[in-house]
Amino acid sequence: MKEFRDRKVIAGLLRTIGRQARQAGPPVRLMEVCGTHTMAIHRYGLHALLLEAGVEMTSGPGCPVCITPDSHHRAAIGLVSRRENLVLATFGDITRVPTRDGSLQTAIPAPRSRVQVVYSPQDALETARRNRDMDVVFFGAGFETTIPSIALAVKQAAAEGLKNFSLLSALWLIPPPLRALLESREVRIQGFLYPGHVSAVIGCRAYDFVAEEFGLPGAVAGFEPADILLAAASVLEQMIRRSPGVENEYKRVVREDGNPRALALMNEVLEVTDAVWRGLGLIPRSGLKLRARFADFDALKKFGLKIEPAADELPGCRCGEVLRGVIKPTDCLLFGGACSPDSPRGPCMVSPEGACLVYHRFAKS
Amino acid sequence: MCLGIPAKIISLDENGQGEVDYLGTRVKTNLAFIENARPGDWVILHAGFAISRLDEDEARETLALLRELADAQDS
Repeated sequence: MKEFRDRKVIAGLLRTIGRQARQAGPPVRLMEVCGTHTMAIHRYGLHALLLEAGVEMTSGPGCPVCITPDSHHRAAIGLVSRRENLVLATFGDITRVPTRDGSLQTAIPAPRSRVQVVYSPQDALETARRNRDMDVVFFGAGFETTIPSIALAVKQAAAEGLKNFSLLSALWLIPPPLRALLESREVRIQGFLYPGHVSAVIGCRAYDFVAEEFGLPGAVAGFEPADILLAAASVLEQMIRRSPGVENEYKRVVREDGNPRALALMNEVLEVTDAVWRGLGLIPRSGLKLRARFADFDALKKFGLKIEPAADELPGCRCGEVLRGVIKPTDCLLFGGACSPDSPRGPCMVSPEGACLVYHRFAKS
Repeated sequence: MCLGIPAKIISLDENGQGEVDYLGTRVKTNLAFIENARPGDWVILHAGFAISRLDEDEARETLALLRELADAQDS
């Protein structure tokens, strides 16, 4: 793997990119959709190096914890603080997302209830198996990379008759917000780096509409420095040749058709629905919900909850604009002052994939 | 969070539950989404699941391209 971080390789790629950017007309603005790409780009200093080469990278809506609206987080907080005898199982960073009702970390659980941080939905399932007398709600936020594992957990719960297990779903699809961003014309970008592992599940064709309908080039990228630069070079090459498409620059992991097994399972357990995203609002067919025959495992139905759309941000927080790529984290007045990793005011300062936390951690990049 | 570093399958049972070697650590992993998974295969992990098999030929091809790039800088 060390070739993917080799100095000479990186220097060579940057020189190529510099040449291409001059030809395409700098500064070229590209969006990296995935939050892990944002992290890698800053961690390895690529943001500054690319800027020097004439390419400005903008962070997109690819952090699941960040784009999950306030209403979902507050529903989870409400559940664990009002229902007795309940385990609210979720991923670690979610517990720190601040809302007007505090966070899961500061919530005071109802008697015999608690928040459990899990690494995988399987851990939540195991908790349900061992505590049949308790309700175990898995609050799962994720994109297509995580969704198959959540779908499998629900299917297993159904097969085992684990009636105490349910899902508070915050499941999001990556292609629809790209369309929403492009249709809004609010953000000026000339191409996309597509997520590596979402694409490992859904394949490359899911992005064809970006090239076909909007004329923008893009490339699927891996997570090593050379992977990211190879993809950027591919996007620039498409710009210069005026032949926008979807190039796969992460072929060792991503297949054209994605992962058919994972897709089949998603489709078996879940169905597409309209969904509200933080910062992006209602996007048609951009989320997933449990199919009717798994309704018994839907926490919203089980506990009579409603997800009420409401103002997302705490006063002053500009996460929504950051998620749309309209402003940089450093443009927010709260950044680094009233909002910091120790006392975050919005999810983008909480999640390791959140653009604000990334900009804060790697300030020099 | 996406982990780009591949893991090697050590063992697996008929239900797709198995163990992988990830950076020298044995990790329990669900391999249900990998068709014909076998010990020795390299896979990409996400939240306790293997989501894709690493294609070693494609990896070699990309590496060769990168080496070419690095060598071109020398000359």
